[in-house]
Amino acid sequence: MLKSLRRTLLGSLLWLGVAAANAADITLLNVSYDPTRELYKSINTAFAVQWKADKGDSVVVNMSHGGSGKQARSVVDGLEADVVTLALAYDIDALAQKGLLGADWQQRLPHNATPFTSTIVFLVRKGNPKAIRDWGDLVKPDVEVITPNPKTSGGARWNYLAAWGYALRLPGGSDATAKAFVAALFRNVPVLDTGARGATTTFAQRGVGDVLLAWESEALLARQELGADEFDVVVPSVSILAEPPVAVVDKVADKHGTRAVAEAYLKFLYTPAAQEMAAKHYYRPRDAAAAAKYAAVFPNITTFTIDEVFGGWQKAQATHFSDGGVFDQIGVGK
Amino acid sequence: MARRVLPGFGLSLGYTLAYLGLIVLLPLAALAVKASGLGLGGLWDTLTSAQVLAALRLSFGAALLSAVINAVVGLLVAWVLVRYTFPGRRLFDALVDLPFALPTAVAGIALTTLYAPKGWLGAWLVPLGVKIAFTPLGVLVAMIFVGFPFVVRTVQPVLESLDRDIEEAATMLGASRLQTFTRVLFPLLLPALLTGFALALARAVGEYGSVIFIAGNIPLKSEILPLVIVKQLEQHKYSDAAAVGVIMLALSFLLLLAISLLQRWTQRWTER
Repeated sequence: MLKSLRRTLLGSLLWLGVAAANAADITLLNVSYDPTRELYKSINTAFAVQWKADKGDSVVVNMSHGGSGKQARSVVDGLEADVVTLALAYDIDALAQKGLLGADWQQRLPHNATPFTSTIVFLVRKGNPKAIRDWGDLVKPDVEVITPNPKTSGGARWNYLAAWGYALRLPGGSDATAKAFVAALFRNVPVLDTGARGATTTFAQRGVGDVLLAWESEALLARQELGADEFDVVVPSVSILAEPPVAVVDKVADKHGTRAVAEAYLKFLYTPAAQEMAAKHYYRPRDAAAAAKYAAVFPNITTFTIDEVFGGWQKAQATHFSDGGVFDQIGVGK
Repeated sequence: MARRVLPGFGLSLGYTLAYLGLIVLLPLAALAVKASGLGLGGLWDTLTSAQVLAALRLSFGAALLSAVINAVVGLLVAWVLVRYTFPGRRLFDALVDLPFALPTAVAGIALTTLYAPKGWLGAWLVPLGVKIAFTPLGVLVAMIFVGFPFVVRTVQPVLESLDRDIEEAATMLGASRLQTFTRVLFPLLLPALLTGFALALARAVGEYGSVIFIAGNIPLKSEILPLVIVKQLEQHKYSDAAAVGVIMLALSFLLLLAISLLQRWTQRWTER
């Protein structure tokens, strides 16, 4: 009696296991940074539909979100990400240095392995009371600038580099003048939050500061979420092209046997359907057709890349954000 | 060796040591191993950098000050809760524990909302020149908040167990009110007060979640040590982060050890 009961239980457990395996044939883990939550939710659904139609298998893409640097650290420490979609190449480089993927990862997909981009813009209070039009206005003594700490926030490193690049392009611009400009800008920073969302809260909810430096995607989202009657978005004359790249984590994908679907997933990001979703979530699409369709959302802006001006992330990181680097030399706050 | 009254000493000691080793010492050892990757020179450079020194001063300075304030106020609160009956006493008693129950990030956001220039209190204080949010003062306020329950909860039971007879005896023997407190009651409360002080101090030193929202986090001015560790981690510099962690632990341990010795000393002094 007891024996048969045990057998029954075992049998039913086995069934449960089989049923679970059937329900989700393939699972991928996409480890991403914070503000991509809504974007990848819609992309993952669309990709699952297409993969089912093409190959007949169902794919579930699980997500993990967090600060870009912290996410990279989790993957190094053993979070089994099939793909990573982070805020800056420096964090994926860190994975490559640990041997998790090939050093040539950024050449494997078009456009520096960055399917969509953003840029750094200004969010100001409604009516722009301090008349902030361009980077030069941020160093005026009566302007308070809110930005997260470039040392703790990958997104904020783009802010800092955008300001530097602007100063370099001024007539007579040099590393010395750029350093003086960025130093003057950060003297106007009263609070350094550790992440981008924290800085947005400080600016929008606490009412601190006159201008928030933010990714265009975040600025447009903040205006939509927090009220278009409270904030304006100001696009400066020139800014940096923020490139959040994507990559398959070779070691993990090979171990899971998911390389084919992981690569297809990242290629899917470049398709017109996914490009349009990116545009809807305020990321600038690479695809010309999608860009044309959403031209009203994204005003024209001259951008420079980190490779052009700073010789890539490794160099920029070592010069500006390492301990004792330029950011440590300039003082923050008055 | 005399036979102990309670059996099982060896077993329970073994269990205690194994458990302490597993839960406390093992993670600390891992931290030390990670930090040792730097070598002595690298360790020295990391620990003597201007940022680490400034953060050390702020973290330990503010934590000590917050623990002192909590000791004084906590003793008062415990006294009032034990010695007086008034309507709503149980409610106030329950309120004391609230800082424990609140997730620290929530506490930080709430405090920042209060003290920010446009907040309820900040709107009044900032025009008077008292800036709390986004200054080292904000760090102190957050630390006082999270450390508050410790002193109340350690002193309260001792106060409750004190016999009123002692006070009466003191009065009968001619002690003034002040003398009764300073010479009779205070020495009896001191060990518990020191325990509460040490707990509040340790909590404040390690606090990250609530402080980070209100501190402003300006390098060299309002950066706490745990943030310096986070900054090292963001640069994928694990050994440096571990090194700062080790120095924090070492300093905290020395402080706690000193308090514990002080406690032993006061206990002996009271018994005499």
